[in-house]
Amino acid sequence: MNLKKLKAAAAVVATVGTLIAAPAQAGKTLDAVKAHGQVVCGVHTGLAGFSAADSAGKWAGLDVDICRAVAAAVLGNSEKVKYVPLTAQQRLTALQSGEIDLLSRNTTFTLTRDASLGLNDTVVTYYDGQGFIVPKRSKITSAKQLKNQTVCVQSGTTTEKNLTDYSKANNLNIKTVVFEKEEAATAAYFAGRCISYTTDASGLASIRNKVAPVPADHLILPELVSKEPLGPMVRRGDDEWFAIVKWVIYGLIEAEEYGITQAQVDQLKASSQNPAVKRILGSGDDTGKLLGLDKDWMSNALKATGNYGEIFERNVGPKSALGLPRGLNNQWNKGGLMYAYPLR
Amino acid sequence: MSLKSAPKKKRWSWRSQAFRGLIYQIVAIGVIVLGVWFLASNTLTNMRVRGIQSGFDFLNQPAGFSIGESLFPFDSAESYWRAFWVGLANTLRVAVVGIILATLLGTVIGIGRFSRNALVRGLCSTYVECFRNIPVLLQLLMWYLLLTEMLPSIQNAWQAGPFFLSKGGFNYPIPIWQAGHAWALAGLVIGIALAWLYHGWARRQFEATGIIKSMFWVPLGVVLASALLAWLLGGAPSALDSPVKGEFSVENGGALTPEFLAMLLGLTIYTASFISEVVRSGIASVSRGQTEAAAALGLDPGLEIRLIVLPQALRVIIPPLTNQYLNLTKNSSLAVAIGYPDLISIANTAMNQTGRAVECIAIVMAVYLTISLLTSLLMNSYNKRVAIQER
Repeated sequence: MNLKKLKAAAAVVATVGTLIAAPAQAGKTLDAVKAHGQVVCGVHTGLAGFSAADSAGKWAGLDVDICRAVAAAVLGNSEKVKYVPLTAQQRLTALQSGEIDLLSRNTTFTLTRDASLGLNDTVVTYYDGQGFIVPKRSKITSAKQLKNQTVCVQSGTTTEKNLTDYSKANNLNIKTVVFEKEEAATAAYFAGRCISYTTDASGLASIRNKVAPVPADHLILPELVSKEPLGPMVRRGDDEWFAIVKWVIYGLIEAEEYGITQAQVDQLKASSQNPAVKRILGSGDDTGKLLGLDKDWMSNALKATGNYGEIFERNVGPKSALGLPRGLNNQWNKGGLMYAYPLR
Repeated sequence: MSLKSAPKKKRWSWRSQAFRGLIYQIVAIGVIVLGVWFLASNTLTNMRVRGIQSGFDFLNQPAGFSIGESLFPFDSAESYWRAFWVGLANTLRVAVVGIILATLLGTVIGIGRFSRNALVRGLCSTYVECFRNIPVLLQLLMWYLLLTEMLPSIQNAWQAGPFFLSKGGFNYPIPIWQAGHAWALAGLVIGIALAWLYHGWARRQFEATGIIKSMFWVPLGVVLASALLAWLLGGAPSALDSPVKGEFSVENGGALTPEFLAMLLGLTIYTASFISEVVRSGIASVSRGQTEAAAALGLDPGLEIRLIVLPQALRVIIPPLTNQYLNLTKNSSLAVAIGYPDLISIANTAMNQTGRAVECIAIVMAVYLTISLLTSLLMNSYNKRVAIQER
């Protein structure tokens, strides 16, 4: 009797063991995405302009548009995205463990992340820098005036380290209060627990415009204390998928360079004689085949989200609620850093 | 020796219960070892396949981040090891103080539920039912919100003498360390030794004559007087490091941050509601006949509690009380929600800076396991001491 039970238990253990044992196969993300008919995309839990869900549960933002463009290029439908909202803590592990196919969540590219965490940085979608926000009544106008002050910060970001470096370099002895959730950190700042809150300047603009009770009461200090190249990451070990995400983003950037807008995609596809435009839109060489995608991959993506410039203007640009200047994120030939590798 | 001895059992037979037991145990251990080995090797293989670096070598690297509050000075150039120590010290700080306060508050409330005064009884029951039934995370967030939203800003801090209370926390003066304080400390130690001697003497006196000596005021007086005398001998140092209000912060002196205060309040009040129930059950377990007998012998209520009720109640109280202490310590890991830099908070940051998630989680689990085992070891040995020796 006992022996039987034991045998049964051993059998169960063995079966469960073999089930867990199968290690995730590398290089299969595209197949998995096609089989499931959806791209699983890790996004921010709520950062207006980059990724936030509206009252109807529809996601919007610059980071979200990257997910949509990838889904449109791969599956021909920008709605086939499963959004997984992640905290700063969870995001890298979620990608490592295979829970998501793509992490598009204002994540900074760093050496540590690229080289030692089993991740691949794709293409920068937003050049940012870390800044500070203070209440106007504090009369602080420069980050150098933060000596001995308390600053709220979210944990699990490059922000904490930058803050410490800046504090040390300028001998400021800044005290930190570290929160797990961005919401808790900003709530503590608005409650007056800290004299300042620090994160990427784009994030500060988002918070000032969307979270602050009275946006005009808060000032974003002029100093940027770090370089924060933000962009999507993929899991290491799947070069095909890495290439797809990379080239969709390059395609969006290059489309802006050649003036291909969302509204004109079909028209230009039929009429344009420019070889570069024809290649992007799939009416010339079949660039999609090289990536394992349809010929129309890029025109599908552009029809869904528009080119990079349109994505920027719609979500975070000067006319949007965030009102961020184009700055470094302009095209390379207009004084910015957006320089796409050529699609050919 | 009887002629008809029982048939000899073969030791190495499947029919022998001892042998079967041994086999089962070996198999069970084998399965556990295999399971652990499998999980570990599977994790390592998968991490290697995905190019995730692993190992504990990162602990010696400089941490690179600063910590808002710590018991001992910490610089961002120091190693991750040190950072973990700071986090552990912060966890223990809130846990130890919380345990002491929760025990005191819980005992008072627990005894209050036996009060002859209906109002006291009702208040105590209301307290228990309220705080026991609200999740502790919500309570922590509530206290933190109260402290950061309701308190005045630092410019308008409430001031009482050298004490300040504001959004920046609670600031108080601390004595500046001088040689005289070492004298006072030595006096305190001598006082405790004297009180211990007095305790033994009073006990022998009681056993010899039956006269009860003061067991509280006299020892307390001895300890305090001895410390005071030594302090005076040491030159009565009284220099204080008092907090000074600046424009945006209160400098100098000692400080309790709102994060620490919210943690302490939340954990204490939550756990005290459970401890009061533990105390109540302990007292209720002592049969009424015992107290009636004590009254019949002419013991006053204080002695009745100390000599009759408490010794019998403690053996019921201690084991579940240990559970509450463990719960409080483990609940302190919720600190990360309100920005208190405890062990989890430090581990989270380290995890994100280095990407060594498995290693950091392993360290945290090992630390909590060690704290919990030490706590229960301590409480179990105390329990053995107070348990009634059955004769």
